[in-house]
Amino acid sequence: MKIFERFLHIDRRIIFVLIFIGVALPLIWTLGFNLEVTENVESVYNLMEELEPGTRILISFDYGPSTKPEIQPMAIALMEQAFTNRIRIIAIALWPMGVQMCNEAFEKVSAEYPNIEYGIDFINLGYKVGGMVTINHMAKDFRSTFPTDGGGNPIDEFPIMKGIKNFDKLGCVISLSAGDPGLKQWVMIAHDTFGKPVGGGTTAVQAPIMLAYVNEQQQLVGLLGGLKGAAEYELLVNKPGFATKGMDAQSVAHLIIIIFILIGNIGYFATRKKDTMKS
Amino acid sequence: MRVYILLVILIFFSFALCAQDISFTASDNPNDDGGAILLEWNVPPSFPEMIITRSIDKENYIEIARVTPLLKTYIDDENIEDGQEYFYMLSVPKMNGETLQSFSASAIARAQWFNTDKISLLIMTILLGSAILYFILSARRGKRLYIRKISGLDTIEEAVGRATEMGKPLLFVPGISDLDDMQTIAGLNILGHLAEKVAQYDSTIYVPVCRSMVLSTAKEIVKESYLRAGRPDAFNPDSVFYLTDDQFGYVAGVDGIILREKPAANFYLGAFYAESLILAETGFESGAIQIAGTAMPTQIPFFVAACDYTLIGEELFAASAYLSNEPNQLGSLKGQDVGKAIIILTLLVGVVLEMFGIHFLKDFLATH
Amino acid sequence: MKRQIPMLITFFVGALIIVSEFIPHKPFGNLSTSLGGWFLIISGFAIILGQLSLFKVNIIKISRKAPNWPYFIIALVSFSIMVTCGILWGTQKQPGLIPISDKMLNFFGYKPFDYIFKYMFENLSATMFSLLAFFMASASYRAFRARNAESTLLLVAAVLVMLGRTTIGSTLTCWIPESLGFLHLPNIASFIMKYPNTAGQRAIMICAGFGVIGSSLRIILGIERSYLGGK
Repeated sequence: MKIFERFLHIDRRIIFVLIFIGVALPLIWTLGFNLEVTENVESVYNLMEELEPGTRILISFDYGPSTKPEIQPMAIALMEQAFTNRIRIIAIALWPMGVQMCNEAFEKVSAEYPNIEYGIDFINLGYKVGGMVTINHMAKDFRSTFPTDGGGNPIDEFPIMKGIKNFDKLGCVISLSAGDPGLKQWVMIAHDTFGKPVGGGTTAVQAPIMLAYVNEQQQLVGLLGGLKGAAEYELLVNKPGFATKGMDAQSVAHLIIIIFILIGNIGYFATRKKDTMKS
Repeated sequence: MRVYILLVILIFFSFALCAQDISFTASDNPNDDGGAILLEWNVPPSFPEMIITRSIDKENYIEIARVTPLLKTYIDDENIEDGQEYFYMLSVPKMNGETLQSFSASAIARAQWFNTDKISLLIMTILLGSAILYFILSARRGKRLYIRKISGLDTIEEAVGRATEMGKPLLFVPGISDLDDMQTIAGLNILGHLAEKVAQYDSTIYVPVCRSMVLSTAKEIVKESYLRAGRPDAFNPDSVFYLTDDQFGYVAGVDGIILREKPAANFYLGAFYAESLILAETGFESGAIQIAGTAMPTQIPFFVAACDYTLIGEELFAASAYLSNEPNQLGSLKGQDVGKAIIILTLLVGVVLEMFGIHFLKDFLATH
Repeated sequence: MKRQIPMLITFFVGALIIVSEFIPHKPFGNLSTSLGGWFLIISGFAIILGQLSLFKVNIIKISRKAPNWPYFIIALVSFSIMVTCGILWGTQKQPGLIPISDKMLNFFGYKPFDYIFKYMFENLSATMFSLLAFFMASASYRAFRARNAESTLLLVAAVLVMLGRTTIGSTLTCWIPESLGFLHLPNIASFIMKYPNTAGQRAIMICAGFGVIGSSLRIILGIERSYLGGK
């Protein structure tokens, strides 16, 4: 019975060590658990697949370093799909650090696609403060909202920006968002006001809130939620990356937590039974 | 042969034009402060990209936009003056650049004094405001109002007593948002009551803050509380101090305080984000009694799991009224309950109507 | 008077903002945005108060040689270094007082402020954030006990969601045929997150909204005066 009492009071350092091992090892040795693609993620994938080669899309990088582990793999997978299908990306940021996130993602992906040229297949227009006001302004007059790219060069110099005056010539809008301003604002303006299809990626904590917009009116075509959403997208584009590895680690960590929960409950029931018998 | 082909094309376009009501209208953009005109059109989807031009004298038209048939609306808000009539032309160009067909409309922009999109909000505001005022007046007239027990708030005195007995301080964390967040103000309201108790019991309280504006307010609140308790000499201005604006820098600082000072009771009352569990777990490890309260739905589960008592959502805002036990303030809590009853009734009615295929309530609430 | 004037200002401004919410006509239409801008400007100046408080508290602890006082020196030194680097050489977007030398730029790859931010501050923030993973495990172990019906329900839902949101869930139920697809753990997890969880979150948000309204009305009408330091 003593062992059951010990189950109730496991030193949390033991839990921490096991979590550390459970997260670290799968990052080194991939376990390759089976991953099922959910409907919401597949919808975003199909939205991109149905675009004609040469179509321009807008990706908004509305997150920062703290949520980079969850959202950056989504950005990379989306870029990989776009460049494979010759879809051109116009990138902007509504968060200051979003610019850096975009640059890092592009640097990583462009190494695998040497034919991709900045200014023709991809452009980073930089960060603009203002959230919803900025989106509204872009929808009416894109060029005055972003007169230059992130490096200060006039957008007239770049072939990818030819003819872009508002959202009309964009195939769709994708917002990778960790909070406010972000996905909600894009839905309100780009879809509800201007009728553009909007897809999104967000953190696992925010995903349940944003799921409400995946509805009959298709306010959101689909949603990538957290690291799992990113891993599912990597599976769809057939380029397993950090999210796939991370899912193994996340799975093992969750399993360890569940095991400890079960141990705690076994200890609880065993000692409760003992106390009942005593009394 | 060419003549026949041209004839066929002309007949096709004529049918296309006749088969659908084509319209182009211009009107003042509703529910704004002027300076905008709403252009709407209904044309066959087969039409190419169209050109919108504008003039103030019906003669010199300048291009303002190129639009597609599917867009259906465009708001012109560039250099529009209220009271001035503007004339618009929607032109359908031919392949060679000449105009195949054009439509005209005119409008004058004006500012509105009432936003009709917010009718439901106004109705709700009036109902809720009236309910709150009614119950406040009822309470003033002496009517007893029942408010359910909130365990977390009843424990405050016990927590202060425990800290005094143990000779340890209390820790109060007012969240990481600024004064423009109502949760921070609600937390600071509770701080006032708590600080008064601390002054009465001759204990110590630490209030690390994340924002400079909150620093000034919290310091003033704690000082006044000590004054009310008749212990102005016991007030230590350095007990309310600023750490950093950065989220994780702040939580690292607070964790350090918890581990070094080992407070007997921790209060986390305000707006929290990802750092909530880090604070609560560190506090649990130090052996303190923990009372938390936040209206962030994503952080409530962490506080519930790690703290002894949690004020969920509106309990945080009700805390000040609950602690003061003033009839005026308790009356406002009853008024809020009326608001909740209205929402529940609306939800039930809406669900039943939707089940029978009647959509007017949903459409009304969606557009107003 | 000390209390009356702030209460009058609160009432006037509060009532004005409520009314302006419904009136698009100038000057009401942009009132909330303008006042929000004023708040940002004032809070910008208030930052100075915060920094002075930080210095004062740390210096007092250092001078009294409070326990662990060397760490308070580290705090002040770190603060001073960042401020100095920012003022002297600026950041990536903002120039400083001194132009950065090519030698320094080649060595660090960034301006000193950006270098410290990227390689020290960001990593420290990520470290603090990563504590959540460990604390989540210990909090779950402690909190999820089947003490009664509600906590059992919570436990079962938590386990289903934790399994369903990972690849283990997919692996465990991949053998179930598509016709019984609703029994796949990922689908069960999605159902729990989409319906009961969303319903609960919305209920909390609606009630919190009412709480904000009630609290705001009490402050605007002067019934609640704790924020002024009064009762």
